[in-house]
Amino acid sequence: MSAGDAMHPGLNLGQTDAETHARAGHDLFGFWIFLMSDAVLFALLFATYGVMLRGTAGGPGPADVYKLLTAFVETVVLLTSSFTFGMASISLKHARGIAPITAWLGVTLALGLAFLAMEYNDLATMVGDGAVPARSGFLSSFHALISLHGLHVLAGCLWIVVMLVQLCVFGRDGRVKINMLRLGLFWHFLDIVWVAIFSVVFLQGLAR
Amino acid sequence: MSDPNRGRAAEIATYGIGYGAALALTALAFGLVSWAPFAASTTVRIVLGLGLVQIVVQFRCFLHITLRKSARHDLQLILFSALIIGLMVSGTLVVLLNLHHRMM
Repeated sequence: MSAGDAMHPGLNLGQTDAETHARAGHDLFGFWIFLMSDAVLFALLFATYGVMLRGTAGGPGPADVYKLLTAFVETVVLLTSSFTFGMASISLKHARGIAPITAWLGVTLALGLAFLAMEYNDLATMVGDGAVPARSGFLSSFHALISLHGLHVLAGCLWIVVMLVQLCVFGRDGRVKINMLRLGLFWHFLDIVWVAIFSVVFLQGLAR
Repeated sequence: MSDPNRGRAAEIATYGIGYGAALALTALAFGLVSWAPFAASTTVRIVLGLGLVQIVVQFRCFLHITLRKSARHDLQLILFSALIIGLMVSGTLVVLLNLHHRMM
């Protein structure tokens, strides 16, 4: 393998750091296998949701509890955070110091936290209106799917904080770079899962 | 996967194109549901199609997966996972919705 070959999904370091680039292949392929198994987990929650969709047990249905505008804003926020993480990856690869990396990571973290706050607000409103997970099969599957994605985003936010500390302590070290490439795969993957969520859950539920 | 040694500007452009395309696809899908120019079942089909296109765009532009031969088997793993997901999800839906139909 030379530095001219792509070794793994996501942004490759290539000739900017050929030694780390050669090491990254193994580590990132393992993480990629984890992400794909995580995708299977999400897919089965989607299947459960599809089966439970009509099981409202006389309680609120999709059109009663979903709001198009907040779903749209959350989508744009998470998509933008995926883009800003891409900019952080490019800074990691090309920039000399760590300032641009930490700046882009900070923006990504802020967007991730904003997404979580909006999602928490949505779920709290739903629970306040009586749309709790125990109300019906539909609401159980909805809360399981959305909360699992939210927990993933929360884990991603914590990981960004750890990443910022590692960057400040170790600088642009080889291991830090590989960690950051892993986090990039995770963060972009979460946005891809969200695309499936807003298409299958929110837009399908609200289509008239 | 794309060549890892393209310039910085080309890499930024890839993310920018992905972001723009994903935003446009998102806005289109939400717009269709908001203004409802078609019947509900047609809208759902179009929205699911747009979602699938957006997933492919994000895989291409953000995760840099292409159909080119790569050093590792990332694409095969994605396709295998997609097969497993397709089998399990469609199997679940077919079996249980059929059961639901028969119980009515």
